Amino acid sequence: MSTAVADKKPAAAEEIPTFTATLIIRRFDPDVDEEPRWEDFDVELYATDRVLDALHKIKWEQDGSLTFRRSCAHGICGSDAMRINGRNRLACKTLIKDLDITKPIYVEAIKGLPLEKDLIVDMEPFFDSYKEINPFLMAGATKGGKERKQSPVERARFDDTTKCILCAACTSSCPVFWTDGQYFGPAAIVNAHRFIFDSRDEGSQVRLDILNDKEGVWRCRTTFNCTDACPRGIQVTQAIAEVKQAIIKGKP
Amino acid sequence: MSLIEAPRTPTRGRRTGGINWEKWGWIYMRASGVVLVVLIFGHLLVNMFLGEGVKAIDFAFVGGKLSDPFWQVWDGLMLWLALIHGANGMRTIVNDYATNPKVRTVLLAGIAVSTIILIALGTLVITTFDPCPAGADPALLASFCEAL
Repeated sequence: MSTAVADKKPAAAEEIPTFTATLIIRRFDPDVDEEPRWEDFDVELYATDRVLDALHKIKWEQDGSLTFRRSCAHGICGSDAMRINGRNRLACKTLIKDLDITKPIYVEAIKGLPLEKDLIVDMEPFFDSYKEINPFLMAGATKGGKERKQSPVERARFDDTTKCILCAACTSSCPVFWTDGQYFGPAAIVNAHRFIFDSRDEGSQVRLDILNDKEGVWRCRTTFNCTDACPRGIQVTQAIAEVKQAIIKGKP
Repeated sequence: MSLIEAPRTPTRGRRTGGINWEKWGWIYMRASGVVLVVLIFGHLLVNMFLGEGVKAIDFAFVGGKLSDPFWQVWDGLMLWLALIHGANGMRTIVNDYATNPKVRTVLLAGIAVSTIILIALGTLVITTFDPCPAGADPALLASFCEAL
């Protein structure tokens, strides 16, 4: 049987199929451009590639000046939220093959925040709102013992809103935030919700007062854009509604 | 009350006392909306379907309704709730989309003035409407007035 073995040549590594996708990216270089402009790139991609990989390929192989934020590339740092085909998503969690590649893929920076360069916006106004809701545990000394005990049920109460990665996809999908940058925005309210409904926290009244402001939760129009945009699947609109209820009742 | 001193001065001024109009506006929209669903569908049912249906609507039908205290209260409630509900909705849209302060002031004032005029006129008609005013020229009056 040795001949049979000799006939079998070592199989060449199977070619992994690729396809070409067109990305149209909204570019803006503050040193050169007066207005943002759309620029298209053709990229050779694998079925496992994400929008972030496509952007990397463009930056590394075609145009090194393409500017965007990314860090962990695994959907947890919240750096690369951008508007892909008109929807806010994380570039690192959007597979190219899940988009319609017969048409070009439009990529632009998130809306409602000042555009700095290409896909980078100034996140300071977003973090200012976040800071204002006191996003830290406010609790006095422990009453006897060394621990602040919390039952699994009490922990589950605010579990959904602990998932926030502050990517700004929700806030920058909110039509009220687009037209009125004074509005706290969904992300700040979600993070307030995380502490307001935490049984260990004692500062919920302070946060409810802050969000009862003219620019607080009452500006919310319940459009559900934020819930659709959240890459972590947080029920953002529901969290905002729960904060509204807590303000009306005067307690969480 | 703040257990830990805030690490930074808040960038926006805190609301100090006074009525929170945004909150009450929000509650008003929900409450009036629920009541209006009942009032408007009741109104449509009585006018369009019950009895002879839409064919029954004429001057006498409206005159009869507006001389009944029950319908006066019903229509009055509908007028006030719907106009304020609509005006508040328009105010919200203006606040969301009119970025120029002057344009915003003009639009808000326009909404306020038109709402007040419409409510005043409507209330006047509902409360003072008389299909057969005393001492009027009989030729101008509706035929059913002779029976009175």
